[in-house]
Amino acid sequence: MSDGTEPDGRGARFHGLILIGGLLFGFGLGVSRMARPEVVLDFLQFQDFGLLFVMGGAAAVSAVTFTLGADVFRGTAPLTGRAYGRRVKGLDRNVLVGGTVFGVGWGLSGICPGAAYASLGVGNWPVLWAIGGMFLGAYTQGYARSVLARRQGMEGTVGAD
Amino acid sequence: MAGCGGVLLQSGPVVGAFPPWLAALFPEGVVSYALGGLFIGLGVAVIYLGTGITAGASTFLETTLSYASRLPRFNRRTYLASRDWRLTFTLGIVLGAAVYALTIGPGGWTTSVQPWRLLVGGVLVGIGTRVGKGCTSGHGVCGVGSLSGTSIVNVATFLVVAAGTAQVVMALGVVP
Repeated sequence: MSDGTEPDGRGARFHGLILIGGLLFGFGLGVSRMARPEVVLDFLQFQDFGLLFVMGGAAAVSAVTFTLGADVFRGTAPLTGRAYGRRVKGLDRNVLVGGTVFGVGWGLSGICPGAAYASLGVGNWPVLWAIGGMFLGAYTQGYARSVLARRQGMEGTVGAD
Repeated sequence: MAGCGGVLLQSGPVVGAFPPWLAALFPEGVVSYALGGLFIGLGVAVIYLGTGITAGASTFLETTLSYASRLPRFNRRTYLASRDWRLTFTLGIVLGAAVYALTIGPGGWTTSVQPWRLLVGGVLVGIGTRVGKGCTSGHGVCGVGSLSGTSIVNVATFLVVAAGTAQVVMALGVVP
């Protein structure tokens, strides 16, 4: 179940909780000022290191919560029956390549996905350029990887991902 | 309530106790940053405890392409299964930031960073986050919170590259 293949439409309570989580998440992005590209660029240009506290604070709360779920409660989550686990993904070349490309984009724009959505909520309409760009980038990589996988498939080697 | 945003930004209570060289690294203080981080973590915690899901922001970009594209990659079972809660989550982020702006925040504002930087940067962020399996929230908050070596490597990579990029862009005189 933890591979996330449960079907859509888990009902109002499920979506209500996700919405509350999103509200807190977006409120936090506002309070932390990470929704403002100028603040992120100040951090990356070493003029204000406050953003370390944003990621550090958020990761600390997550670490405590995941430890509670995975090591203390252990069972399954009430709304989905999904087992409490941690976010662990395999380390391969893609993690480095993707991190590098993401870093160039973040350093150029001062915008990352969550902060972009939050920025829109503040009324920062120019961020639509960045959100449009993100969809374009996500589509481009998906299309390119599909074509590559098809080509490799024809040569009899491994498939996608 | 308007004064509250100002209080959050005061460098006073915490940075005041720092030695001057350290305080200089935090010209806007640390309170608003740390408090914002706690709220972000709280959002992740609420979703996790209720559903067991470790929510990241960037998978929204790829899963929702399945509403518009027939490409099999975007129509994988896991994407079709998660795309609707990711839409709800993103809506929550937008509304949560709006609540902030209208209550303790400074109201609405727009960035002066140039559109080409937002667009080109956005494309690279879109590619990078999907190839690298996560972003500042998926790897940076949930992955690091899971003490995942993969996420720590990814975060270290994008932090160093992003800082280098921002420095080069600044050195080239691109402002803002």
